Amino acid sequence: MKRVLWLSMLLVIGMPSAHAHLMNTGLGPFYDGLTHLFVTPEDLLPVIALALFAGLCGPDSGRAVLFILPAAWLAGALVGASSDMPLTLPVTTAIVTIAFGVLVAVDRQLPLRLVVACAVVLGLLHGSLNGTDLGQQRALGLSIIGVAVALFVVVSLLAGQVTSLRLAWERIVVRVAGSWIAATGLLMLGWAVRERMG
Amino acid sequence: MTRNHPTNLQCCSDGAVSPCFREQHCPSASTQRGGYNINETAFSGRLLLFLFLLLPTTTFAHTRGGEAIGFVSGFEHPISGLDHVLAMVAVGLWGAQLGAPAIWLLPVTFPMVMAFGGMLGLMGVKLPGVEVCIALSAIALGLMVLREAKPNLLAAAFLVGFFAIFHGHAHGTELPAGANGLLYSLGFVIATGCLHATGIAIGLIHRWPKGRVALRVAGAVVMAGGAVFLWGALT
Repeated sequence: MKRVLWLSMLLVIGMPSAHAHLMNTGLGPFYDGLTHLFVTPEDLLPVIALALFAGLCGPDSGRAVLFILPAAWLAGALVGASSDMPLTLPVTTAIVTIAFGVLVAVDRQLPLRLVVACAVVLGLLHGSLNGTDLGQQRALGLSIIGVAVALFVVVSLLAGQVTSLRLAWERIVVRVAGSWIAATGLLMLGWAVRERMG
Repeated sequence: MTRNHPTNLQCCSDGAVSPCFREQHCPSASTQRGGYNINETAFSGRLLLFLFLLLPTTTFAHTRGGEAIGFVSGFEHPISGLDHVLAMVAVGLWGAQLGAPAIWLLPVTFPMVMAFGGMLGLMGVKLPGVEVCIALSAIALGLMVLREAKPNLLAAAFLVGFFAIFHGHAHGTELPAGANGLLYSLGFVIATGCLHATGIAIGLIHRWPKGRVALRVAGAVVMAGGAVFLWGALT
């Protein structure tokens, strides 16, 4: 777990600049944060993958991710908010998306500790990226809480649904969804590298 | 005895209750005009209105941009080329012939390996004979469907994966500049998956003897299409 935390810290420290912006709903910072996840596929896709994976790993993993992911995201956002400018890591986020998509596709049961570690890595990484963006806002706390609530809803719906699947073909549908997420991540990686190469 | 019901439900003398129009059962009704009754005319009018709504009346006074063009153009890309469509549907057909677990393993393999090929294309990595290999993929997969070939799972996945790289590479090098990368990719992958699902859905006729024959004919058609594309790529 310590290694995971160190790795996450290193990822946060080594970020290049980016151009992400928080969604402005006109309904206040809480709803801006709540909406942010749903209109940011870069964040939503790995979250969906993790929720599906946690669901495939069983109820214990689902319950753990349900609370760990928003908590890690909050912690990451607080760290990221101290940054002066918005940051992003397109290559790293693409690799994380691929990794979680593959985990879903192969449907390999991992121990609870590793599932929690996955949630911590995803939460700290994407939370800090969000934090660098949300840090420019006045009501930072409410925005972050909005994001965390959205995460809680997404994970509870998906992980809960997947946990209840019993038939073989139902799990296969989830695995196919994972393969699509991984495939999308691969293409994201290609886009990111192409942009970097100019 | 005739009982009137709300709307058009009516009991006629035979006692049957049916959602019929009054004037259909009562030719003398005042609503009958010029051989057509009012309800039919109204229905035709609504249908016409509905069809008008379906017409693509999009104007281009403003440049489309942002999210929608990424997803929509990504979704359109795999289905816009018949060579890609033939190969991807053939993957689904073959998977259906092979049965479980190939029925889902092949459609999982293809998008992932295709995305890998797309990534190589995006990165500018060159692959030789892409168009030829795409045409060959339709021929090879069509042949597999035609022969109802049943190799072991690994060999089938390898064959599908090998050709998927070339399909993905072709897409990767053709991707438009400025589109939203992630949404484009998402639309691209979902469309590919839908094509496989279409192939699998068609392939379900494999359970009937005549369906098996029809599938083999479909394999021959895919092969013929691939041969045409191969001719085009070589000349």
